[in-house]
Amino acid sequence: MSDAPIRDSRPGANLSVPNAAALDKAADVEGRSLWQDAFRRLQANRAAMISAIVLIVMAFVCFVGPVLVPWSYEEIDWDILEATPPNFDTGHYLGTDSLGRDLLARILQGGQVSFLVGILATSVALVIGVTVGATAGFMGGRVDQVLMRFVDVMYAVPLMFFIIILMVVFGRNFYLMFLAIGFVEWLTMSRIVRGQTLTLKNKEFIEAARASGGSTASIIARHIIPNVLGVVIVYVTLTIPQVILLESFLSFLGLGVQPPMTSWGALIAEGAQEMEITPRTLILPAVCLSTTLFCFNFLGDGLRDALDPKDR
Amino acid sequence: MTSVLEIDKLTVSFSTPDGAVEAVTDVSLSVEAGECLGLVGESGSGKSQTFMAAMGLLADNATANGHIRLDSMDLLSASEKKLNTVRGERIAMIFQDPMTSLTPHMKIGRQLAEVLIEHQGVDKETGRRRSREMLDRVHIPEAERRLDMYPHELSGGLRQRVMIAMALMCEPEVIIADEPTTALDVTVQAQILDLLTEVKDDLGAAIVLITHDLGVVAGLADRVAVMYAGRIVEQGTVADIFAAPTHPYTQGLLACTPRLDVETEALVTIAGQPPNLQNLPSGCSFHPRCPHVFDRCKAERPSLENLSNGQAKACFRAAQEAAE
Repeated sequence: MSDAPIRDSRPGANLSVPNAAALDKAADVEGRSLWQDAFRRLQANRAAMISAIVLIVMAFVCFVGPVLVPWSYEEIDWDILEATPPNFDTGHYLGTDSLGRDLLARILQGGQVSFLVGILATSVALVIGVTVGATAGFMGGRVDQVLMRFVDVMYAVPLMFFIIILMVVFGRNFYLMFLAIGFVEWLTMSRIVRGQTLTLKNKEFIEAARASGGSTASIIARHIIPNVLGVVIVYVTLTIPQVILLESFLSFLGLGVQPPMTSWGALIAEGAQEMEITPRTLILPAVCLSTTLFCFNFLGDGLRDALDPKDR
Repeated sequence: MTSVLEIDKLTVSFSTPDGAVEAVTDVSLSVEAGECLGLVGESGSGKSQTFMAAMGLLADNATANGHIRLDSMDLLSASEKKLNTVRGERIAMIFQDPMTSLTPHMKIGRQLAEVLIEHQGVDKETGRRRSREMLDRVHIPEAERRLDMYPHELSGGLRQRVMIAMALMCEPEVIIADEPTTALDVTVQAQILDLLTEVKDDLGAAIVLITHDLGVVAGLADRVAVMYAGRIVEQGTVADIFAAPTHPYTQGLLACTPRLDVETEALVTIAGQPPNLQNLPSGCSFHPRCPHVFDRCKAERPSLENLSNGQAKACFRAAQEAAE
């Protein structure tokens, strides 16, 4: 092919082609990625931005706060040994629980566990679920059959049974719990992603991608996954609260975090037993938990809008 | 001249719950470099499937027999991996509907560059620079700005230009345009056809133009093949076919084209319906609709025979008239 540009004899056809110097200058402009674009649109969504800031502040306080609090979460104040109201002289800024442990320190520590569970377990679910779902949906045929029957089998195994077996085999481990929850939560994710992929894979742009020589792996990574992301993000924000609640349920059964360690779910369970005497021990962790869940929901909604390029 | 793409006795059949359906039967075609071949036929005549087979894009339930050769490489028997080195690089396709053929979440510049990154391993900056050059080349105004736009921000005509630019990225030897103007309005159609002509002259690429619009063929193609019910019924140069169509189906198609210079009361149609591929009429598939039908047409299928002027047709009529 010759390098000379096609000349168009129609009047004005070549007018819009900028001169060479302008082109060179323009070439330096870096194109914005999908994510940069999404972030700009997210910034315009006030509710989502406030939620994101609240979440970041809460996470920061939970992870850094304990250093500044005079009491540790497991330390029992032997001078008190009962639930007391906030008292600045003893350093119990939010009072103590029924064993005389500092409530503020325990809420912060519980927040660490809940945030970690929510994010790590959901990430496990996200990675496995999206990969399996997109692969099954796009490849179809035997691959799809094998993967989806495996998902069916996993669905049929009772959750508790599965987690108890994991705990027995591998011993009780803080991180194992994240994995166990993640391994259970990816099932629904893979179903959702597979369904989305099935509708996407017959679209013309996938055919066009194949016609221009894209390999299966690159089509899944570049054309399928980004297009299912909107749905996935929404599901992720629904999964995080679910996972946090599941963790508190496990802790309640004695399969999750063990005392003196705690989580928001465990704190709420403890507080519920004494709500008539000291409603504080129930209300404070409950407010923290619901604020977090609330913010995740708003953020997820905002992300969904931001990731849809048509919504600009 | 040597042909770049050669289709030899191609048969495509689909296995459906109601039995096998042959969409393409015994089709042989060749395209030379710098030539535009128009492939004309009604919906369901197999014109698209013929070239879907060449691109390896047939549906899962389809089987293709015969040979499709790009130089010495047989595309039908090639592995998916080997096909991927050819698709986009040496043989490219322009799709019918520019509205849905671009990935919605990816910017134009990225989608164009992707083809180069995949095939030639260029870095992102080179990809972007060459994408912009290509957009200039297909006369998209403000190319630099368009690179950062999403497909839905462009009009239909612009998107079809982007599709053409994408097909041209690797300067392929064969470009298959599957009804490239069907989804566009008439003024834009003309611009796109101009562009395709430029591309053909400038690149020396072979263009296969699949369409049901005879006007489009007349404007762009050098040779025409007419398909009916999965077979080629007539083939020849544009001038010959338009001046002296020999097959009754081609004659019918041409008669159907509305003309501005002739006063007509009603639009002409070809009587009857296109046949059901699962239940083709005996003999010549066109005989139930043919105005010149006689007994032999119902019993025997005419084969595609070459005429003296390079034209080819599958019809008994001339032989019958000669016998009488």
